Amino acid sequence: MSSTTDPVLALAAIVVTVLATVAIGAFGNRRARSSSDFYVASRSVSPGMNASAIGGEYLSAASFLGIAGLVLAFGVDMLWYPVGYTVGYLLLLVLVAAPLRRSGAYTIPDFAQGRLQSTQVRAAATVLVVIIGWLYLIPQMQGAGLTLGTVVGTPTWVGVVVVGVVVLAAVVGGGMRSITLVQAFQYWLKLFAIAVPVFFLIAAWRADGSPDVLSDTPPEFGERTTVTLSTAVTMQVAEPVQVRVDGTIDGRSVDGPRLLATGEYLVAADTTLVFPAGAEVPGVDAVPALTGDEWGHPLSGGQSQPLYRTYSLMIALFFGTMGLPHVLVRFYTNPDGRAARRTALTVLGLVGIFYLAPPVYGALGRLYAPELLLTGRADAVVLALPTAMVGGAGGQLLGALVAAGAFAAFLSTSSGLVVSVAGVLAQDVLGKRHASPRRAFQLAAALAVLVPMLLTLASQRLGVASMVGLAFAVAASSFCPLLLLGIWWPRLTAPGAIAGLLAGGGSAAAAVLATILLGPTEGWLGALLAQPAAWSMPLAFVTMVVVSRMTTRAMPSGVQRIMVRLHTPESLGLDRGARLTGRGGPRQ
Amino acid sequence: MTEPTPPRRVVVRREPPRRPAAARAGSRDIDEQTARGVTYIRSLMRTQLRLGLAVLAIVLVPLALMPIGFALVPGFGRLSLGPVPVPWLLLGVVVYPVFVLVGWRYVRQAERNEAEFERIVTRQ
Repeated sequence: MSSTTDPVLALAAIVVTVLATVAIGAFGNRRARSSSDFYVASRSVSPGMNASAIGGEYLSAASFLGIAGLVLAFGVDMLWYPVGYTVGYLLLLVLVAAPLRRSGAYTIPDFAQGRLQSTQVRAAATVLVVIIGWLYLIPQMQGAGLTLGTVVGTPTWVGVVVVGVVVLAAVVGGGMRSITLVQAFQYWLKLFAIAVPVFFLIAAWRADGSPDVLSDTPPEFGERTTVTLSTAVTMQVAEPVQVRVDGTIDGRSVDGPRLLATGEYLVAADTTLVFPAGAEVPGVDAVPALTGDEWGHPLSGGQSQPLYRTYSLMIALFFGTMGLPHVLVRFYTNPDGRAARRTALTVLGLVGIFYLAPPVYGALGRLYAPELLLTGRADAVVLALPTAMVGGAGGQLLGALVAAGAFAAFLSTSSGLVVSVAGVLAQDVLGKRHASPRRAFQLAAALAVLVPMLLTLASQRLGVASMVGLAFAVAASSFCPLLLLGIWWPRLTAPGAIAGLLAGGGSAAAAVLATILLGPTEGWLGALLAQPAAWSMPLAFVTMVVVSRMTTRAMPSGVQRIMVRLHTPESLGLDRGARLTGRGGPRQ
Repeated sequence: MTEPTPPRRVVVRREPPRRPAAARAGSRDIDEQTARGVTYIRSLMRTQLRLGLAVLAIVLVPLALMPIGFALVPGFGRLSLGPVPVPWLLLGVVVYPVFVLVGWRYVRQAERNEAEFERIVTRQ
C-alpha cells in the first residue's frame, strides 16, 4: 500500500497524452479555415466519430476520478451520479436532440433568441452559459491539480496551470474541427485507461482471498501506514489506538508515540500519523467512519436528509445534462435531426460502458487505500489503487495509464467547455469590438480559461463530483425548462423565459455560491443549499409557464413556422423558415 | 468616396431541395399555414411528445421509486444476489443496458412516426 506510481513514468504518460492532443489538434488546424469551421466543424463529422467525441467531452474529471472517490467515501447512494449522468442523455435523446439539431441553432443563446425573437433572452442565456461553463471548469482544474499532485508530487497549482495552458493552445489553435478529433481519441483513451486496470484489480483482490468489503466494522489499515494531513481535521477515534505522531494534536506539539483514546482530536495541517496494521481508519468531519455494512446499503451514508439529497441530485443530473453548453453545441455537427438522435443513442451506450468501472475502484479502495478517507483525497482512489494492489512493473504501468486517462478527462471536458464559453463570449461580448472573428474568438478563449483558473486557485476544495453536481443543478434550473418549453410549448414568451431563467437559474446559482463560499452546512438548510435542484427546477418551470400565460401578447409572430422547423424531417422540403441563429451564426 | 469601404459580408444560403410536383400539393397546407396545415404539425408534435414521455415514464418511474423503496422497505435495500447487494447490481450494472434498449426502441418509433407524417403530408 505504500508503493506509488513512479513519477517519471506517470509524467511520461501524461506528456504523451498532452502531445497527442496537441498533435491531433494541429492536424485538424490545417483544415480549419472559416469561422464556421472554427465553431462547429462545418457539420462534416460522421455519427460514430461525433458520438465518440461527445462521449469524450462528457466524461470529465467527475466521471473519471470523482465517482470512485464518492463511492469510496459515502457508498452505494453515490451510484446515482453515474446513473444520473446517463439518464441525462436519455432525456436529451428523447426530448431535445432532433428538434435542437433541426433548429439550426448552435448555441443556447442562438436558440433562445431565434425561438423567442428577443435579444434580452439572448443576453440572459449568454450570462448563464458563461456561469455554468466556468462552474464546470473549476472541478476539471481541481482534478488536474490533484492528479499531478498525487502522481508527481507537484503543488496543486501546477496541474491547474498545465491544463489551462494546454487547453488554451488546443482551442486557439484549431477550434472545434480539431477538437472533434481530439475528443474522439480521448474517449477511447479514457475507456481503455479506466477499464483495463479493473481486470487486474479484481484478479489481485481474488488472489488476496476476496476479502469482504461489507464487514460490520469501519475500514482498517491493511499494513503499517503513514498518513500526512494536508489540511486541519477533526478526527473521531472509535477504538483506542497507539500511533506515532509528528505534528500538532489539540494545539499541542507531539513528536513520538502517543495513545489515542476514544474521542475527538483536532489535528493540525502537515501532521504526520503512523498507524499500525489492523487499526481502524478514524472518521473525519467531512467523511464519517462508516462500517462496511452502512457503506454498502442505501441511505446510510452519514449525510443529513439522505432521501431529499438523493432525489434532488437525481433531478439535477437527469435534467441538467441537456443544459450543459458544451453538450448542445455538439448536436449541431450532425447532418440532420435523425442523425442527431442516432448519435445520442450511441453516446448512451458509450457512456454506460464507461460507468461500469468507477464503482469497482470505489469498493476496492475501502480495502486497499483507506488512508485516502482520512486525508480527504478520496478522489485520488483511481490513481492510487493500481500501484497499491498490483505489484512490480505491472502496477507501475497501470498507474501511469490511469494518470494519462485522468489527464485526458480534464483536457477533453475543459476544451469542450472553453470552446462553448469562448464562442458565446466572442459573439456576444467581444465580437462588436473586433473586426476579425478569429481574433475575437482567441481573446475570448483566453478569458474563458483564465477566470476559472483563478477561481480554482482561490476557492476551497469541494469534492470534484459535488462541484460538478452544482453546475448540473444550475443547468437543470435554467436551460432545461427553456429548451423543453421552447421546443414543445408554442406559447412560451420572452418575458416568461427571462423570468424563469432569473428565478430558477438565479436562485440555484445563489445556493451554489453559498455552498462554495461557506462550505457544506448541516441539517435541512445545508441540504437545500447543497442540492438546490429539487426546488429550483420546478420554480423555473412554474415561473416560465405562469409569466408566459400573463404575457400572451408577447408570443413571437412566426412561432408556427418555427414549430415546423423544429419538428418536421428535413427531407420533406417544407418551408421551414430561417434557422434559429439570432444575430450571430457562423459567419462565412 | 474617399474612405475605403470594408469588404461586404455576403450571406450564402442554400435553397432547400425542390420537392416533386406531386408531393407539393399535400404539404402546401403546412407551407401556407392553413388550418389543416397547423393541425398536421400539432398532431405530429403531440405524437412525438407522447412517445417521448411514455419512454421516459418507463425509465424514470422505476428509478424514482427506488430511493423511497429503500427508505420504506429496508429489506429491499438489503436483498443480495450472491455476495453483491441488489442496489449495487441495479444501479451499477442493470440500468445501463436497459437505457440503451429503451433508447433504441424510441429512435425506431420516432422515425416511424416521421415516416407516417411524411406519408400523410405527401399523399394526394
